[in-house]
Amino acid sequence: MKQLMIEASTPLCQLQDGGRFGVRHLGVTQGGALDWVAMYWANWLLGNALDAPVIEVALGGFSVLAEQDCVLALAGADLDARVDDQPLAAWRSFTLAKGQRLTLRQPKQGVRAYLAAPGGFHGEAVLGSCATVVREELGGIDGLGAALGKGQMLSFAGSPAALCEVPEALRPGYPQKPLLDLVMGAQIGDFSGTSLFEAFNSDWTLDSRADRMGIRLLGPQLVYQGAPMISEGIPLGAVQVPPDGQPIVLLNDRQTIGGYPRLGALTPLALAQLAQCMPGVSVRFRAVVQDEAWRGQQAYLQRWR
Amino acid sequence: MKVRIEVVAIDSLMVRLFDSIDEANMPWMLAASQRLSAALGTHLLDLVPSYTTLMVQFDLPPAEAKALILQALDGLQPDTGSAGRRHEIPVWYHASVGPELPVLAARSGLSEDEVIRLHSERDYPVFALGFAPGFGFMGLVDPQLATPRLSTPRKRVAAGSVGIAERQTAAYPAVSPGGWNLIGRTPVRLFDREREGYSLLQPGDRVRFVAVSHAQFLALGGDDSPLEAGA
Repeated sequence: MKQLMIEASTPLCQLQDGGRFGVRHLGVTQGGALDWVAMYWANWLLGNALDAPVIEVALGGFSVLAEQDCVLALAGADLDARVDDQPLAAWRSFTLAKGQRLTLRQPKQGVRAYLAAPGGFHGEAVLGSCATVVREELGGIDGLGAALGKGQMLSFAGSPAALCEVPEALRPGYPQKPLLDLVMGAQIGDFSGTSLFEAFNSDWTLDSRADRMGIRLLGPQLVYQGAPMISEGIPLGAVQVPPDGQPIVLLNDRQTIGGYPRLGALTPLALAQLAQCMPGVSVRFRAVVQDEAWRGQQAYLQRWR
Repeated sequence: MKVRIEVVAIDSLMVRLFDSIDEANMPWMLAASQRLSAALGTHLLDLVPSYTTLMVQFDLPPAEAKALILQALDGLQPDTGSAGRRHEIPVWYHASVGPELPVLAARSGLSEDEVIRLHSERDYPVFALGFAPGFGFMGLVDPQLATPRLSTPRKRVAAGSVGIAERQTAAYPAVSPGGWNLIGRTPVRLFDREREGYSLLQPGDRVRFVAVSHAQFLALGGDDSPLEAGA
């Protein structure tokens, strides 16, 4: 058993994994890493299961002290990571010697970084997952849904793998204005023609009202002309349009059912990109059909097989 | 009942069975859930029932999933027998824990006792769970009790609070924000991670609220602390 002591943390530093499944009918949300691509790579670097528990650090403000020599891996956003005072590049595994301090300071590119440990960080699995969902009081180190806090110990028990890095060609880029694939949903024909044109031809700016439940987007007002809806299941990435006409992308900690009309849902890759966008960044949507999106996702997953 | 299947996400389809909220939907919804679970087996990642729909998430090519769903629902018959448990949920109906009890009475021209009687004299099906773990949307309440949500939701509603919104009723499993009209409180734990199935209520169950005295409420482990002032 190896341990890291948390010296600094924020409510946005949480234990996450692939999320909870098979419990949505009970009103339990999914949870899990917002940028699953970066989580997969962090775990891949150590030979872990790709969805093993990792630390999701949004925006920085996180620091740990090694109690023993250990090997860790970092992927995702550039949060100005340092080992003691030395800059640490992401997308690779690295050693943190006893007494050394790893710090993720502040965002330089992207928003969320993922720290992995051999075998995955220990957490109390609740309803099949360690994913922290603060609102539901589920997951995390103690199972009660708390974010990571100063003074807590992170532990893991796996054996260190040889140091390696993610091949540069396979690392996701974090473009200035990402183009996000949106699988068109059933209500898309119930928006006005103008709204549909604007949905896919306008810039959408990320609002500061953003959390793990959803991200609001600002842009032209979209007009829904269909009948009021009865609440129904909400998939990950659903782009719902409330009466104010400003879309909300629903993320891992979303409510499980809801009654606002939807343009459709972002693809997993689009969600991973969105998770790395700061408020104020502009994105665009590209309409895709379900089968094409499915095939694209299967092709992308080949890189880890 | 006519099965319609709609795309909702890369790996999810909406199975739409009805167009309006109706107790009579429930035996069909339960039968459809069971058939879909059996047909998709380990390829089923999640099945989210709501009033008129079942959202199916799978790890199959969408066309294959759609074919399996259509096949599974061919010749569907309502499940009127085995499905769904019946729960009796004790409630202490009182203004100190249900501040809208007098409001509902005044609105409807009924006495508080009549509001309580109307709320507790029928079985309510659990249409869906959502909003929070174990939060069951039930109904429909007597039309005289139908009341719109509070214009400003409370920041804090105590666990066990029983409320009404339009013609639906529910009990809050845990402390949370909420905009329903509160009329009482139950001592029953609605969501418990140690319980098999976690949630007391499952979609398709039936619930009868049973009025209990303050003393019975406390004896059952209820917490009678009032809502936070001004909350």
